Amino acid sequence: MTKNIPALISGSNSFCPGCGHGIIIRLIAEVLDEMGIKQQDAICALAVGCACLLNNTLKVDRLGCPHGRAGAGASGIKRCRPDKLVFTYQGDGDAISIGFSETVYAAQRNEKITAIIVNNGVFGMTGGQASPTTLIGQKTATTVNGRTAEFNGMPVDIMDHLRPVPSAAYLARGSVHDAKSILKTKQYIRRAFETQISGSGYSCVEILSPCPTNWHMDPVTAADRIASEVIAAYPLGEIKTGGAAS
Amino acid sequence: MKQLMKGNNALAEAAVRAGCRLFAGYPITPQSEILEYLSWRLPQAGGEFVQTESELAGINMIIGGAAAGQRVMTSSSGPGFSLKQEGISYLASIELPAVIVDVARFGIGLGDVTVGQGDYFQTTKGGGHGGYFIPVYAPSSIQENADFVVKAFETAEKYRTPVIVLSDASIGQMCGSVELPEQQYPKRDRFDWALGADGDRPPMGRKMTDRMYTDFAYEEYVPHICSRYNEMKENEQLWEEVQAEDAEVLLVSYGISSRICKEAVKIGRSLGLKLGLIRPMTVWPFPVKAFRKYNGKVKGYLAVEMIPIPQMIEDVYLAAHGAAPVYAMPTGREIASSEDIIENVKAILNGTKEVY
Repeated sequence: MTKNIPALISGSNSFCPGCGHGIIIRLIAEVLDEMGIKQQDAICALAVGCACLLNNTLKVDRLGCPHGRAGAGASGIKRCRPDKLVFTYQGDGDAISIGFSETVYAAQRNEKITAIIVNNGVFGMTGGQASPTTLIGQKTATTVNGRTAEFNGMPVDIMDHLRPVPSAAYLARGSVHDAKSILKTKQYIRRAFETQISGSGYSCVEILSPCPTNWHMDPVTAADRIASEVIAAYPLGEIKTGGAAS
Repeated sequence: MKQLMKGNNALAEAAVRAGCRLFAGYPITPQSEILEYLSWRLPQAGGEFVQTESELAGINMIIGGAAAGQRVMTSSSGPGFSLKQEGISYLASIELPAVIVDVARFGIGLGDVTVGQGDYFQTTKGGGHGGYFIPVYAPSSIQENADFVVKAFETAEKYRTPVIVLSDASIGQMCGSVELPEQQYPKRDRFDWALGADGDRPPMGRKMTDRMYTDFAYEEYVPHICSRYNEMKENEQLWEEVQAEDAEVLLVSYGISSRICKEAVKIGRSLGLKLGLIRPMTVWPFPVKAFRKYNGKVKGYLAVEMIPIPQMIEDVYLAAHGAAPVYAMPTGREIASSEDIIENVKAILNGTKEVY
């Protein structure tokens, strides 16, 4: 058996054991390799939070954006360098809480970027506080008795907000909790990048990802939780294909 | 060829001619003409215009465009300018060139759309978090609105720093003649540090993030940042002097207030008062070199600024270095009047005006 490392991945990352980020970043690197996209032809707008650790792992040009603003940062880059593949790499706190407006408006303006949103249901780097995607009943550092609709409001499904946007050309939700989902997610990332390159519109892939550290679970139990609880709230699959409505 | 233009439009046209590739902004009086003008003019010139959903999105788009090595600009006023401060701190931290225009309005909170000079501290002392300084040009005419935008782009790229143009409501809204700058065509790939630009890369690719915490040991960062700031302080001070050589009292004033001060100097001289003016054209770096020439010679500096509680006077105080008394003339919500300035100068000379 040989160990193949994609050209744009450095040897190691600094994520916790069982975290999904390492898998997702590797998928991005594999897709870039397979599409023949070189280091100088891809630019990543990075979030604040665990997602920013992509900095140590993915070898493309990259900008660390203020918290929540990767959608706007990527838009600025793409408008100045329309010849490059430009994508964001954000967590759910970044893209769906503080950056909700930048995420939805990037789609609304038909920015030719790809948003990659890693949804693990918590603010990871700051210690596991509730995020917009925390499930009802889920205990976090700021929902110690579990999230309730009355007290915290219902979880936010970002695809509910992107789906109606006519210029959103490709939308999908994947997961990295098992091998089958990982392969599908890779396909979604590729289709999102192809959508951007074809110029047909905005694209976004949301990816469910385990956070064993802040879910207070071992990696296997955390992956199982996605299958047994999270997918029910955030169903997987392609949500919109076929390009932007004119 | 001189043209008749509104101050905000002259500023916007100068930005186009400086080769601005991306403008991202949001409406707020009294800067909206910049946004309106660029909405049609920038696309006509091959650039990108975006009316963003908020000032936050505007400044962050600018960060993206600056990281891609292109000339980029945003503008705002009052509360909108406050919203841009986090982004300006990031630009300063990542060391990215960009131009941010503040068409200053009056007051705190929502304030009012009328002219004011209350953003002095916010622009010159690091309006965002963490402690940084960036060059701030303070135009006092429509011509300077145009000239300083071009200068701002050049200074921004020379030092890799954001630069503020601190205009104000009256200069933005007045009409007058202006000689517009030549059209420039900056090359897209001219910076080898820019994201996506041609050139060799480190093995990990080009990274733009907070340099001080990740790319340097902090001990190395401190001399790096100090030498940058010292270089800007040494090289970028700009000011105008009006009959300063033999003056007994020197007015110190920028922007709209300085125009009245010029008139006051003329009137004062006709009355036999030895009156002069130092007009900072950069308010950071503050033109301390001008003061060094007159410290110990003048009977006092009178800081004239359009705000209830004076701000610029603190820099005048430091520049006077204890070698000349400093007097305040905050004019609140009113533009200064020459008569009031003359009265203040007479009071300084006869010893009845309180030292600040």
